[in-house]
Amino acid sequence: MRYWIEAGQVTGRGASEKGVPMRVQVRVNGVEHEDEVEPRVLLVHYLREVVGLTGTNVGCDTSSCGACTVLLDGESVKSCTLLAAQADGHEVTTIEGLASPDGTLHPMQAAFREHHGLQCGYCTPGMVMAAVSLLAEHPSPTEAEVREGLEGNLCRCTGYHNIVKAVLAAAEAAPAPVGR
Amino acid sequence: MIPAAFEYRRVHTVEDAVAQLGELGDDAKLLAGGHSLLPLMRLRLATPAVVVDIGRVEGLSYVRDEGDQVAIGALTRHRDVEISPVLREMVPLLAHAASQVGDPQVRHRGTIGGSLAHGDPASDLPAVVLALGGTLVAQGPGGRREIPAGEFFTGFLETALEPGEVLVEVRVPASPGGWSFQKFNRRAQDWAIVGVAAVRRNGSSGVALVNMGSTPVRARATEEALASGASVADAAALAAEGLDPPADLNASPEFRAHLARVLVRRALEEAGG
Repeated sequence: MRYWIEAGQVTGRGASEKGVPMRVQVRVNGVEHEDEVEPRVLLVHYLREVVGLTGTNVGCDTSSCGACTVLLDGESVKSCTLLAAQADGHEVTTIEGLASPDGTLHPMQAAFREHHGLQCGYCTPGMVMAAVSLLAEHPSPTEAEVREGLEGNLCRCTGYHNIVKAVLAAAEAAPAPVGR
Repeated sequence: MIPAAFEYRRVHTVEDAVAQLGELGDDAKLLAGGHSLLPLMRLRLATPAVVVDIGRVEGLSYVRDEGDQVAIGALTRHRDVEISPVLREMVPLLAHAASQVGDPQVRHRGTIGGSLAHGDPASDLPAVVLALGGTLVAQGPGGRREIPAGEFFTGFLETALEPGEVLVEVRVPASPGGWSFQKFNRRAQDWAIVGVAAVRRNGSSGVALVNMGSTPVRARATEEALASGASVADAAALAAEGLDPPADLNASPEFRAHLARVLVRRALEEAGG
């Protein structure tokens, strides 16, 4: 697919200019994608608009809230602070890529459901992806380590308590490694 | 928010990056991890015509034990600095400070070279490299040169790097003695409102401050007082001497000066003699 930023999506200086498109090849949730995008297309927009996976949310748009967290080669990153071009040749895992093909939830998703680790749900995809990356680095974290490890993700419902419970429960249940 | 349109060029060697900078001059910005540059571009505070992506340059991500110092490749990510066994043992201040940068997602992408070359007085690592008395290695069309950290930060977001130069390595002296990193902020992932990096070894002290001026700065008055035998309390009382801290939503200059005095005292107490 070819993808340009449309007038109206962008305001301010340089709004009407268009970049020369470039070819990117990204493996998303195990599926190879090859597309032509403008260099300024951010990974989150690539995932949502081009690949069509809208589970990854845009929250603050300033690299703060973590709603757009995905895994790049197995590590959590904020997809609003990465060009699609930087993911060229790499592997991305989004929230849609966690569950098994038969619909069985990833242990982290199951733990979030079991422990009601969400309120409005907007931060949830990013929280889950950040938590998966956290356990990949710290398989048995303390409660304090979970809270610190999720410092890059904000829940504006302030529903942190059950999120932390869910992550600790998932750690107990021995998480399945993802994305490597 | 989407950046203004730009041309994207990817280079695979430092020589190519230097050549691109020579050709493009001020129209180009280097992109490493992108965690300083991309936020500025999205806010249209930076609108480079060309982005030269050095993120895939080979051989610039390493931590090397060189005996009395450690050499760190400019593309080494904060995460890799944080968990490096060499740095944890030889320069624990730097490994710990790297673990306090941003949040895990930021540390998975941001690089030590990018953070230093950005020259933000509110960033953690510039002050750490200043306190350690580190050296920065730049490569330009004429080859490599070394720049002492004390001469590197020349103004707000300005460094001693020439327009055609690429920062390729950071060297810090082995500093296994007493150290402390203090970071005062209101939200976990925020920049420090004021921060302090301190090392003490064999009676000499390095103390540098985050967000206490238009550049990362040393607390010179404190360092000089310690050198002439002042107590920790007396030296810390001089932490803001001669400095002109900024005012913003988080703090007035007066509050920053107060924080500097308190945090420097804590840092020196934690670092010990």
